[in-house]
Amino acid sequence: MRVAEIITAAVLCAIGFALTAESWSLGSGWGKAGPEAGFFPFWLGVLLSLTAITLFVQATLSRDRGKPFLEREQLVRVAKVAIPTVAAVALIQVIGLYFATALYLTGYMRWIGRHSWSLVLAVGLGTPLLTFALFEIWFLTPMRKGPIEIWLGF
Amino acid sequence: MGIVFGTVIGVLPGLGGPNGVALLLPITFSMEPTSAIIFVSCIYWGALFGGAITSILFNIPGESWSVATTFDGHPMARDGEAGKALTTAFTSSFVGALMAVAMITFFASFLADVATKFGPPEIFAIQLLTFASIIGLGGSNAFKSLASALIGFGLAAVGIDIVTGEFRLTFGTLELARGFNFIVAVIGLFGIGDILVSVEEGLRFIGVARARVRLREVFSTWRELLGHWRVFLFGSFVGFWMGFKPGGATAASFMAYGFARRFSKNPERMGKGAIEGIIAPESAAHSAGVSALLPMLVLGIPGSATAAVILGGLLIWGLQPGPLLFTEKPEFVWGLIASMYSGNVIGVVIVLTCVPLFAAILRIPFAILTPLIVVICIIGAYAPSSSMVDVWYMLGFGFVGYIFKRLDYPLAPMVLALVLGDMAETALRQSLIMSRGSVAIFFDRPISGTIMVAAIALFLLPAIGMIRRRIGRGSPAGPAIPRGD
Repeated sequence: MRVAEIITAAVLCAIGFALTAESWSLGSGWGKAGPEAGFFPFWLGVLLSLTAITLFVQATLSRDRGKPFLEREQLVRVAKVAIPTVAAVALIQVIGLYFATALYLTGYMRWIGRHSWSLVLAVGLGTPLLTFALFEIWFLTPMRKGPIEIWLGF
Repeated sequence: MGIVFGTVIGVLPGLGGPNGVALLLPITFSMEPTSAIIFVSCIYWGALFGGAITSILFNIPGESWSVATTFDGHPMARDGEAGKALTTAFTSSFVGALMAVAMITFFASFLADVATKFGPPEIFAIQLLTFASIIGLGGSNAFKSLASALIGFGLAAVGIDIVTGEFRLTFGTLELARGFNFIVAVIGLFGIGDILVSVEEGLRFIGVARARVRLREVFSTWRELLGHWRVFLFGSFVGFWMGFKPGGATAASFMAYGFARRFSKNPERMGKGAIEGIIAPESAAHSAGVSALLPMLVLGIPGSATAAVILGGLLIWGLQPGPLLFTEKPEFVWGLIASMYSGNVIGVVIVLTCVPLFAAILRIPFAILTPLIVVICIIGAYAPSSSMVDVWYMLGFGFVGYIFKRLDYPLAPMVLALVLGDMAETALRQSLIMSRGSVAIFFDRPISGTIMVAAIALFLLPAIGMIRRRIGRGSPAGPAIPRGD
């Protein structure tokens, strides 16, 4: 927990520095028409760095080691959700929303949920079809398409 | 229809008010603003009702403001009185909401009058007060709230500078020039972030076997409730008052619960299924939920994260919230207020009849519910601007949200800052232009001066608390004020 706190504080501090530096190059002072574009972000960056340094010091000084940020078992559970999610988004990028969600839903329910095939297929195919009806036909909002949808003529 | 959606969202864990509204917001873009706001606010009422259902039946608060309801609601349901608990919760929410709406109806125009006297310095001062109160009343570590708010402001600043039109903070990339869409951020932070938090805790739905509300039970409960009118009145008032301030509903429900316990005739029953323990937090949370919309309409400052999302919707519909909204679009404002009355009446009827159905939703196994929520989040992130980059941002925000939640960084300040960032910056810069760079302008004007002093006092509140704790070492440090998100 403590290590995670320290890392987060360090990252926040880095963001603060980046904000400050980037705004400085934009001009953070007083221009012809009042405050320049970098004025507000500059002070944000300064404040954020200061806050992050305080948090960093707080975390370093705290003697409470506590439990680790993630137990092994928790890590497995989180990874089981996080990894398929990232994979699903990557898949959408390549083959479009509808087929990717069908694959993702069926895959997830079958291998992680271990549900019966009939249920898996009903939800896995039903959801993309419902989404399609709802967005493409009813609300006329196009979703990400891939080669298969194009081949089907959408 | 909005109510049904909203209640479903309120019931689902991992989907709450802010992200539920955010998910369904894109649907409303093609509607008339007035019907759009009625739709969205109905979702909001629905979510407020729905949060209570899971708290009572499953001891899982669907929303942060229903945490206090679990203290007495779940024990009551375990004793086989689920029907009574649910009826009490819904009735209390309903009464709380109606009282708040009545107060809004009286005070809206009056507040709008006051608000027309507001210039940029006052607007900036009010926004500072908003953040001060989040940070001052916000939770365990004020620095974490501050850092969260600053990150939100930083994200809002990315993209095109609204005053000069320059690109800024893009770090030389074109992708960042568009800036960050707040809907994408909200869906990621709350939707994906909450899923990760809840799987990590190994969430399993262990419900109370059967939950049915019979009509006779409803009436007998109502008769009993009449005897607790004082708790209702008090809860609603606390809620209304707290609703103006950010973090409102959650803080209000805990506060009302605390007061109800202090003044209860038989305090030893509290926490074991006392009826006051449901009335107080529910009426307060609902009343706060309603009154959180008032400052949003009148001043353009949302009192809660959900209100912040609705505020974003208003801007997209092309409406400028603020005092002028009342004079320029009266039909919109009164349409919304009318929807508050009718929405709550319809809502209470729907939720009372649908309780068995809600219990069925929670029987959906987690391995099916999770990927469905993920898909909804992806669609919600993609739809507003048809951009895959947004979906990746959403995922990124999801992980940030997860880490922040784990480390106890509150998310509400970040969302609020992301929505209000541009407005606060404009107000600050305009004020400084008015005063030719002198900060004194914020203190010279009577209204903004008072607000500034209040804001600074609130900022210092955590510091004072810390010093007092140092002095009185050993004695328990005051009641913990819950985080609102």
